Amino acid sequence: MTKIAEHDMSVIGKKVLRREDPALLSGESKFVADLEAPGVLNIFVLRSSVANARIRSINVQRAKEAKGIVAVYTAADLESEWAAPMPCAWPVTADMKNPAHYPLAKDTVRYVGDGIAVVVAHSTEEAADAASLIEVDYEEQPVVIDLEEALSGRHLVHESLGTNVSYVWELNPNPVGLEKAFTEAKYVVSERYVQQRLIPAAMEPRGVLAVPSPMGGDYTLYSATQVPHILKVMAALTLGISETKLRVIAPSVGGGFGSKLNVYAEELICLALSRKHRLPVKWVEERSEGGQATIQGRGQVQYMELAADADGKLLGVRVNLIADMGAYLQLVTPGIPLLGAFLYHGVYHVANYGFKATGVFTNKTPTDAYRGAGRPEATYAIERAMDALAKKVGVDSAEIRRRNLIQPEQFPYNSPAGLIFDSGDYPKNFEMALEKLGYSKLREEQAQRRLQSSTKNLGIGISFFVEMCGLAPSRVLASLNYSAGGWESATVRILPTSKIQVVTGTSPHGQGHETSWAMIVADKLGVPIEDIEVLHSDTAIAPHGMDTYGSRSLSVGGTAVHLATERVLDKARKLAAHQLEVSEEDLDYGAGAFSVKGAPEKVMPLAGVAFEAFTAHNLPEGMEPNLEASISWDPPNFTFPYGTHLAVVEVDSETGKVELMRYLSVDDCGNQINPMIVEGQIHGGIAQGVAQALYEEAVYDESGNLLNPSLADYLVPSAAEMPNFELGQTVTPSPTNPLGVKGIGEAGTIASTPAAINAVVDALSHLGVTNIDMPASPERVWRAIQSAKG
Amino acid sequence: MYPAKFEYVRALDVADALAKISSDEDAKFLAGGHSLVPLMKFRLATPSLLVDISQLQELAYVKDEGDYVAIGALTRHHDVERSGILQSHVPILPHVAGMVGDPQVRHRGTIGGSVAHGDGASDLPAALLALDATMVATGSVGQREIPAKNFFKGFLETDLSPDEILTEIRVPKGTKAWSYKKFNRRAQDWAIVGVAAVKNGSTKVAFVNMGSSPLRSTGCEGALNKGASITEAAELATEGIDPPSDLNATSEFRIHLAKVLTRRALEEMEG
Ligand SMILES: Cc1cc2nc3c(=O)[nH]c(=O)nc-3n(C[C@H](O)[C@H](O)[C@H](O)COP(=O)(O)OP(=O)(O)OC[C@H]3O[C@@H](n4cnc5c(N)ncnc54)[C@H](O)[C@@H]3O)c2cc1C
Repeated sequence: MTKIAEHDMSVIGKKVLRREDPALLSGESKFVADLEAPGVLNIFVLRSSVANARIRSINVQRAKEAKGIVAVYTAADLESEWAAPMPCAWPVTADMKNPAHYPLAKDTVRYVGDGIAVVVAHSTEEAADAASLIEVDYEEQPVVIDLEEALSGRHLVHESLGTNVSYVWELNPNPVGLEKAFTEAKYVVSERYVQQRLIPAAMEPRGVLAVPSPMGGDYTLYSATQVPHILKVMAALTLGISETKLRVIAPSVGGGFGSKLNVYAEELICLALSRKHRLPVKWVEERSEGGQATIQGRGQVQYMELAADADGKLLGVRVNLIADMGAYLQLVTPGIPLLGAFLYHGVYHVANYGFKATGVFTNKTPTDAYRGAGRPEATYAIERAMDALAKKVGVDSAEIRRRNLIQPEQFPYNSPAGLIFDSGDYPKNFEMALEKLGYSKLREEQAQRRLQSSTKNLGIGISFFVEMCGLAPSRVLASLNYSAGGWESATVRILPTSKIQVVTGTSPHGQGHETSWAMIVADKLGVPIEDIEVLHSDTAIAPHGMDTYGSRSLSVGGTAVHLATERVLDKARKLAAHQLEVSEEDLDYGAGAFSVKGAPEKVMPLAGVAFEAFTAHNLPEGMEPNLEASISWDPPNFTFPYGTHLAVVEVDSETGKVELMRYLSVDDCGNQINPMIVEGQIHGGIAQGVAQALYEEAVYDESGNLLNPSLADYLVPSAAEMPNFELGQTVTPSPTNPLGVKGIGEAGTIASTPAAINAVVDALSHLGVTNIDMPASPERVWRAIQSAKG
Repeated sequence: MYPAKFEYVRALDVADALAKISSDEDAKFLAGGHSLVPLMKFRLATPSLLVDISQLQELAYVKDEGDYVAIGALTRHHDVERSGILQSHVPILPHVAGMVGDPQVRHRGTIGGSVAHGDGASDLPAALLALDATMVATGSVGQREIPAKNFFKGFLETDLSPDEILTEIRVPKGTKAWSYKKFNRRAQDWAIVGVAAVKNGSTKVAFVNMGSSPLRSTGCEGALNKGASITEAAELATEGIDPPSDLNATSEFRIHLAKVLTRRALEEMEG
C-alpha cells in the first residue's frame, strides 16, 4: 500500500476548498422546498394525536368542503394504490415479525404521528386549515412505551402478533468458553446502560415532489433522500410502477445522518397522488412534524458484562440488549443493532464474546439508522465498562486500556466476533493522544482541585473506538440477511473537448463528494479539477448506485471512481501508443500527457487522445470509439477506522452544569484525500456525539406523546457549547482498497459520546457517582450527586 | 407549523396604531414577532388581525432624562445592548439584553414586546422589575404610568388593556451594584432560572422563570433588610415561591438553583 500523500504534485492530501460551497452559501443550490412545478398540489398529512387506538370513525366531510381543497383521502381511499406494503429490507432472522405497514394507518394508529389522512389542496396553508376540520373518533388502548415493560407483553403494540418481540438475534461463537471466562474471572463488571432516543434533526427537513411526465406515463420523484437508487427500486415495487418509468432525483440535500436513508410514507403518497391526479404533488415536512414523522435514532437498553483476570486483562465480553423498533419496521430498522453486534469488545483483545439483541415494538415513532448506527451504542458500552473495570481493578482508566489493546503485530486481527480488522497501530495512536492532551498533568490538577474541595470538578474522559464501515462486501451482507449489495459503481467519461464527466452511484448530502471525487480523478489524470464534473443523485444520469450511508462513499464509491479512471487511462494509453507508433510500455504518463520514454518531444496530450477517440478516425484494431469506462466495485472487507478521543469537562457540583472545556482526538482513517473535509466530518461528528451525551433526548410521556419535537425544546447544541476541537491523526492505510482509505463520516459520533460521559462520571467519581444517564442534564447530574451523598 | 389565517396591516404612527387595533376585537400588535409568531404557529394565538408597529421609528430610542433613562418600546434588544447611555447609567440592562436568545432574536425582538408579552421566562422583565422601572402605556384617552411591580399580573398577562400600546419604559439611574445570573443549557436558550439583583439604595432581587410572571424575591430582600448574611438571605430567597416544572428542571431543582444563583449574584455584587 503506498501512502498517496507522498506524491509531490498530487492534489491528494491537500485542503482543497469544497466546490459545493459557493452555490450553497449564495442560495443558488436548490432543495426540494425550492422546486416549483406548474399546477402543483400541496398536501398536508393529518397525524394521530394518540399513541395506540382503534379508529372508530373518521369524518372528512367538513375538510372536503373547505376552501381550496382538491381532495381528502384516508387509508381506505388509497388502498388500491399499493402493490405492496412499505419495505423493510433487513429481515434479520427468518422468523422476524414484520407487521404490514402502509403509508396511512387504517383501523389502528400505533404512534403519535402515524398518518391518518391526506389533505390535497392548492396551498399548504389551506391543506393545514382543512386538516384541523377532520374529526377522528379514537378508541384508546393501553400503550407500550418502556422497553423492559414491552418485553413483558402485558400490552401489545400489534395485537395479532401476540408478542412485542420482533426478533432475537444472537452471536455466540463459543458459549462454553464464554461461560468459563465469567466463572473463572477475578473481576466481573455488570452494567446497565440506556441509549436514549434521538431526533436526527438534519438541517433540511424532508420534502418530496412527485411530477408525472406529460407523456409516456413516466414519473420523476424529487426527494430529500440519501438513497435515490434504493428509493427508486422500492417505490416502483410498492406502487406497482415499472422501474423503467421512474426517475428519482435527490437535489441539494441538507444533511441526513441516516434519517434520509429510508423509504417514507410521504414519498409513496406523493407518487400515488401524482398518478391519481396527473399533476405534480408536493409535501414539505414541518420541523416539529419531523420529530414524529421521520425515524429516530438509538433507543436501547444494554446489559454489558466484562470478565477480567487479576491484571484486569479481558477474558470475556457479553452483551444482552433490548432494541426499540418503534411501532413499525422501516427500511433497515431491525438491522441497526447488528451493525454494532461485532464491536462490543472495541479495540481490546478478548478471546470470548457473546452478543444478543431483542428487537421490540413500542408505541413510538420507528427507529432506524442514525449517524454511526449500532456502533456508537457498542462503543459507548465497552468504553464505559472499561472505566468501570479500571475502578474495580484499581488502576487508572488509561492503564486498563493499555493492558488490553490489540497489538500492531496482531493485524490483520481475527476478532472474536468473526471480523477481520484490516490494519492499525492502536498503542501508538493512544499514547500520542494522551501525550498531546497532557493527560498526567490534568490528573494532577484534578487531584489538586479535589484536595481543595472545589465545586468546579475536573473530569477526564477516555474513549478509544474502532468501527466497521465502508458497507461493504456484498457476500457478508448476504450472511446478515441484508437484502441489497454493498458495491458501488462509477463511470469516467472523457469528452471530445477533454472535459471529464464522473458519474457516481453515491449520493452526497453534505459530504463534499463533488470535491473529493474530482480530486481523485484529477490526481490520476494530472488534469485541473475545474475540468471535472461529478454527476450524482439522479437515477437517469447515474443508473447504478448504492447511495451514501455507513461511511461507505469514499472507500467503496471513491475506489470505484479511482478504478474507472485507471481503466480509462489504460484505454487512452493503447490509443496513444497506436498513434505514436510505440508500444504501451514505452509510454510515460504525467501532467495530462503521454510521452515516449527517451524521446520526451514525442508527446500526446490526453485532450488529443480524447478527440481521437471521439472522431474514431484512427483507432487501433478492434478498439471501440469514445473514452469511457464503468466499474462496479465490491470491496473484499469492511474498513476499520479507529482513534482516541479525550474529553475534559468541568462539572459544577452546585448546579450540575457540565462544561466541555477541551476535546482532543487522534483519528486514523487511513489515507486522507482532503484533510479539510476529514476535519469537517470529525468536527460535526464530535458535536453530534457530545449532543447525545449532554443535550439531546426525544422525551416521551407515559401516554406516548413526544414532548419536545420542536427545536425550542429539543436541544441541538450549537458552536457556542463546543470548545475548539484539537485534532491529531495517525495514518495507517487500509489494505482493503487501492486508495488505502477508511471512513470518517461517523467516527466522531461513535467516539465522542462515551468520552463525554466518562469525563462527567470521572469528575464526580470522588463523590461516589458511578453512573449518569444520558443526556447528563444539570438536574440529572445534581441528583446523581445528591443520591451518592446518601 | 402553519398559523391560522389572519389579516395584516401596518401602522403609520401611534395614533394610527391605536385606531387600527380598536377596529377588530381579536387584533394584536406585532412588534418583533419573536414571541407572537411562534404562538401563532402553534395556533396557541389566533389573532384575526395583526397591526404591525415594528416600523414606528418614533418609538425606537434611548434618552437620558435626568433622573431616569427613557427607552422607547420598539428599541431592539441589540440596541439596548449597545446603548452608551444605558451602559453608563443602567449597566444591567445592556448586559441582560445581550443574553437574550441569539443575534437574530436580538436584532428583531423589542424591549416593549418582551415587556408587553409578560412572560415569566423572559430576561428583561425581571431586570426591569429589580430596577423598579415604570411602564408608560398610551391609549385613546391618553397616557398612564404603571410601576413594574403592578405591571406583571400572571401568565402572559399584564396591566395593559388590549387597545393600549406600551410606548416607553423609564428606568431610574443610580445603580450602585448589579448582577445577573442566567442559568441555561445552551447559550441561545431561555433561562431555566435567572436572577437579577440591583443595589440602588436597598438591594432588589427578581427572578426569571420561577413563576407564571417575573417575580421579586421578597424572602431575600426582607432578610437583607433585616441584616441577614448573603448565605442566609439566599436560603430564604424562594420563600413563598412555587416554580413550575418542565423538561429542563423540576420545581424542586429550580428552587435549589434559585438559591445558589441568588447567593452567587449577591456575592458578585459584594465584589
Ligand atoms: C429563538 C428565540 C429565543 C428567544 N430567547 C429569549 C431569551 O433567551 N430571553 C428572552 O427574554 N426572550 C427570548 N426570546 C423572546 C424575544 O426576546 C422576543 O423578542 C420578545 O419576547 C418579544 O418581543 P417582540 O418584539 O418580538 O414581540 P412580539 O412577538 O411582536 O409581541 C409579543 C406580544 O407583545 C405584544 N406587543 C408587542 N409590542 C407591544 C407594544 N409596544 N405595546 C403593546 N403590546 C405589544 C404583541 O401584541 C404580542 O402579544 C426568544 C425568542 C426566540 C424566537
